[in-house]
Formats: sequence, structure tokens, C-alpha cells
Amino acid sequence: MAEEAWDLIIEEHAGIFDLKLREVWHYRDLLLLLVRRDFVSFYKQTILGPLWFFIQPLFTTIIYTFVFGNLAGISTEGLPAPLFYMAGITAWNYFAECLTKTSTVFKDNANLFGKVYFPRLIMPMSIVISSLVRFGVQVLLFFLMIAYYVIKGVPLHINAFVFLFPLLVALMALLGLGSGMIISALTTRYRDLIFLVSFGIQLLMYATTVIYPLSEALKKYPQYSWLFSLNPMTPIIETFRYGFLGRGTFSWASLGICTLVTLCIALIGIFIFNKVERNFIDTV
Amino acid sequence: MPTAIKIENLSKAYQLGQIGTGTLSRDLERWWAGVRQKEDPFLKIGEENNQATISQTNIVWSLKDISFEIQQGDTVGIIGRNGAGKSTLLKILSRVTAPTKGSIKAKGRIASLLEVGTGFHPELSGRENIYLNGAILGMRKKEIDRKLAEIIDFSGVEKYIDTPVKRYSSGMYVRLAFAVAAHLDSEILIVDEVLAVGDAEFQKKCLGKMKAVSNNEGRTVLFVSHNMAAVKSLCSSGILLKNGIIQLIGNATDIVSAYLKGDSESENRKMFDGGYNNEDFNLKEISFNPKGETFNAILDEYQEIEINIKIDIKQMAERRKITFVLNNEEGEPIFTFSHSSSGISLKNGFNHLICFLPKGFLNVGTYYLSFYLIQDSKESIFIEKDIISFGIQVGERGIGSWMGNEPGFIKPIFNWQSIN
Repeated sequence: MAEEAWDLIIEEHAGIFDLKLREVWHYRDLLLLLVRRDFVSFYKQTILGPLWFFIQPLFTTIIYTFVFGNLAGISTEGLPAPLFYMAGITAWNYFAECLTKTSTVFKDNANLFGKVYFPRLIMPMSIVISSLVRFGVQVLLFFLMIAYYVIKGVPLHINAFVFLFPLLVALMALLGLGSGMIISALTTRYRDLIFLVSFGIQLLMYATTVIYPLSEALKKYPQYSWLFSLNPMTPIIETFRYGFLGRGTFSWASLGICTLVTLCIALIGIFIFNKVERNFIDTV
Repeated sequence: MPTAIKIENLSKAYQLGQIGTGTLSRDLERWWAGVRQKEDPFLKIGEENNQATISQTNIVWSLKDISFEIQQGDTVGIIGRNGAGKSTLLKILSRVTAPTKGSIKAKGRIASLLEVGTGFHPELSGRENIYLNGAILGMRKKEIDRKLAEIIDFSGVEKYIDTPVKRYSSGMYVRLAFAVAAHLDSEILIVDEVLAVGDAEFQKKCLGKMKAVSNNEGRTVLFVSHNMAAVKSLCSSGILLKNGIIQLIGNATDIVSAYLKGDSESENRKMFDGGYNNEDFNLKEISFNPKGETFNAILDEYQEIEINIKIDIKQMAERRKITFVLNNEEGEPIFTFSHSSSGISLKNGFNHLICFLPKGFLNVGTYYLSFYLIQDSKESIFIEKDIISFGIQVGERGIGSWMGNEPGFIKPIFNWQSIN
């Protein structure tokens, strides 16, 4: 008898390189609907609605300007302090949100994942895209601030490196997604990591050049320069500031290394995620 | 008919006890065994999923070496007690979890309804949730656009379709959710106990839709339920699972009978080998059977039931009579009956009495008989409470009828007349 043609084969082990991208493509409408759901449900029954997307970075910027700029007197490379912090916060928030939300994706969706099958990759992807909506709103606020300072006559050196912006966004998304998925895969068995993530991300922010410029850090701790180059978020934020505000430490080499590291983390993340996805419901 | 689903040597192991404590060391141990190409130390074969006995290892096989095939267009009922492996089988089929061993091959899309309303978001309106839920179940947006009117119509909640579903009553919620699921275009549909929710009218709609799906559209349906009436009336064949293995495969009616027989604690015949032997009488046997069948048959709600009593009366038969009290499961007496009301009296020596319970007299449930030997219609000279128990099972009800229990212990068929 001829080999029968099966549409679906469920087996003990799946190929590790089988990313089921065709299936993900089939479910693209779900991706968009999930993004929409996140956006709509975020401000349902709130008075200020989408305005909340503005309020959080605005207040953080004010506090940082006061604490780190005025009280601690950390250098902002000659930039207006609010602008300097706003740039860092906007970029960092996007990365942090992608990472924290992705890292609990299995736990948060255990109920849904336990009842129905769809390519699990859709869920982290929808997180990254809905965070992108939020990020977009915050970038808009950042642009408004730039416009404000330009009109006030503060010299800003916006340059050609702004065209790297899409790449930076992609890198942040991939980095947040990749590391988030690695952590999410581990949290299905070891819940401890959830606690680690929530305060780890705070600590990591201080290890990244969000509230201080890289140049200042290198001046004070030249012997730890390798430590800064290990953190892929640092070149991203530095490049972001350099392009829009004209200040920062930019080098193609560090951005190149950052890109490579990001791609590796993203790939590892996807593979681990795919492996865990098949059985996580038994342990979560 | 071509094969729609082929399952080969499917097994699934679960880890018992606390997951999370000591997992790191255990994971390292398993990993080390894997590196040395040794057998996984936590997956020892040979353990059966018997919940009554304490297992030696920490692993339990929820499914063990299951193999079967399902033909296209079949409606297959999967039954078994709690813990028999039904849910695990469904989970693997719907790809929520992967098998430990073995494989499943299927032709066409599989849509599973392990729960209705999966992924409903309370803040979104009914319409938005139709799209979201449909997409989660694998429908494209275009497909939903095309079926939207039909789905809303089937759900019967047109008026509230733009209200957030958190304002819905639970009935409306379930109706909307089932409406989405019912309009899936998959070739294989897996349904788990969705009938446990919703009112009678809605159950009728669900079952009708499922029947239509398999009969008219030639789609394959796998149906898991504890409701034997629904399984009997909906399914053509069945699979009986027990402790993770297949006990029986066959046509639905046989499977249901086998399940009920294995399930009920009651025996339809009891031989008393001298257990009730004294100077007055020797009770030999009490048995139940549907009219025209043996005591091996299942008693169901629509049959005429015969109660057989075989007894030796040793003295004063003319002054004595046997009386039974029928009690329900809670021990409450429902009624008392005796052969004397039919003018039949005992004789010394062997007596074989048959009592006929009219068609459909008793409702579904488990009943206990208490045995009394009465002298001169006033004095009980022998009492044995709950001497035998028997169960009345649901019979086959028409598609569209209520599948649950009707209230009351008896449901006598009276004579009616219509006067116009």
C-alpha cells in the first residue's frame, strides 16, 4: 500500500529547527487581533485612556531630572537633562517591557495554552508588537520635546545616524524577545526566575547608559570598559542619543557586536521556546 | 471510508508529586542519563495508571500504548471514569501537550473544543470576541467575516453583540462561545463535555449541530462525555478507556453498556448461599432483569423490569408474606410493595415470585431493596435492610431531548385522555 498523505503528524520529538513559520503565517490575523486586544483592554474604563502612555515616561523623566540631574549632578553631556533622560527611558522602557512580558508568557497564558493549540510563537510576537504601539506613542512625546527645545533655541545636532532608528528598534525588540523567551522557557520549571526578572531588570537599567552617558562611565571606570561593551543595550541607547541629539558614544564596531549578540540571543530564545512549548503545560 | 486519524503506540507519562522541589537536581540527573545514552531514570516502564494503589516510581502513565484508527465521518465517543486518560488523549490530539511516546497522524485540520470561550476577553464586545476567539481556533479573518451573521444568529445574542462580554450572563457567554466553535471548518472536531453547560434548549442545539456536522458534512467528531445518554444518541462508535489503556472499542451502545456495567456498584443478581437460612425460610436468590432479557442486561429507564425472588418457606406460609421497601441512595423509602396486594400468597416449600415494575416506572438512579418477612400483616419476623441494590441507567433519548436527569424518583406512565 502506498504511503498515505497525512496533514498533521504529532510525535514525541519535533525537529529543533522546525519553527513552524508557515503556521505562524496562517495565524497572522490572530497576531493582529491580540495586539488590538492588548491596546483596547489597556485603557478600557479609564478616564485618561491612551494618555496614560504619556504620563508614565513624563513623570519618570521629571523625577530623574530632579534626582540624577540636579541632586546627584550626573553629566548629561551638555544636553538638556529632560531630553537626555527621555531618550534613555523611552528606549529602555521598550526593551524592558518586551523582556518582562515575554518572560512570563507561559505562566500568564497557561490557561489559554492549556486549552487550544496555535503556534505559541504568536504570543511573544504579539507582546513585542503591542509594546511597539506604546513605544511609538512615547517616541512621539520624545519628538515633541525635541521640537520644544529646538524652538527654544537649544542647539541639537540631529544627524544622519537617525536613519539607524529602525535598526535600533528591531534590535531592541529581538533582544527583549530573545532573552524573554529564554527566561520564559526556564520559568515553566523554575519559578524563582520570575522574581529575578522583576528586580534584575531594574538593576540592569543602572548597568546600562540610561541615566548616565557612556563617556562619563568610561572616564570614571576605564578598567571596566569591557563590561560596558558586553551589554548590548548600551550601544543601542548610545546610538539612539547620538542620532537624535548629537551626543553619545557611537562606533560601528560596538553596534556590529551588539547586532551579532542580539541575533544569537534571539535564535537561542526561539529554539528553546519551541522545545519547551510542546510540554510546558505539564509542568507550569 | 478513508482513515482520518491514526494513533500508534501513544503513551504519556506524568510526574507525580510536587513539581518544583528538587527539580534542578532531578533535571541534572536526567540530563546526565541522556548524555550517557542511558534510559531516563524517571521513565521506568511497567507502571499502570491505577489511582487506587500507590505507585513505586514517581511517574504515572496516564496513557499507555494506545493504538486505534478513526474513519472519516465517524462520530466517536470516548468514555471512561475520571482519570482513565480521556483528557490526556484529548490534550495530545489537540496539541496542547506532546506525547511521551508514539505518534498521531491525521488528515485535515483538527479543531478542539476543550473548553468553550477560550481566550474570551471580558472587556471586549461580543463581536470583537467572535473575531478573537475565531482566530485563536484557527480561522482567518476573512472566514469569520463571511460567517459573522450566521454565528451571531446561532448564538441568539444579537441584541448584546456590541456589549462587553463581562456583562453577559453565563448562559449567553457559553452560547456565543459555542456558536463560534460550531462554525469552524475543520475536518476533525474534538469536543470535551461542552454539554455540561447551558440550558436544555442550548444543549439541544449543540447536539443537533454536532450531529449535522458529522452526518451531512462528513466530518469526523471525537466526543468525550460523562453523559451516556448523549454518547449513545450522538456517536456511532466508541472507545472505552480504563487506567490509561483501551478496554474496548466497538459500537457506541456496547461501549456504553460495558462502561455502565463496570461502573455501577449494584449487582442485578444476588445468590444467597445459605446467608439467610433459618427455621422460617431460606432465601436463595433475588435478581432483576428487563422483560425478556437476562439479569446480565443493563436496566434502563424505558424498560419493564422484573424482580425475581426465589425462596424456601419452611413453616406457616399461609400466615406470612414478603414485603419490600424500595429506598433511594440517600436511604429514604420511596414505596413499599408486597405480593399480597395481587392476591398471591406464599406456600410451604419452594416459591418463585416475579414482580413486574411497569415500563418506565423508576427514574434513573441507584436503588436499594429492604427485605421484610411479615406475619399476620402486623409483625415483622425478619428484616434485612438494603439486601440488594440495583441501578437504573439512562436509555437512548432522541437527539434534541434533554440529556440530564429529570426530577423525581419515579416517572409513572399514567393514562391520559383528551376531551374536546
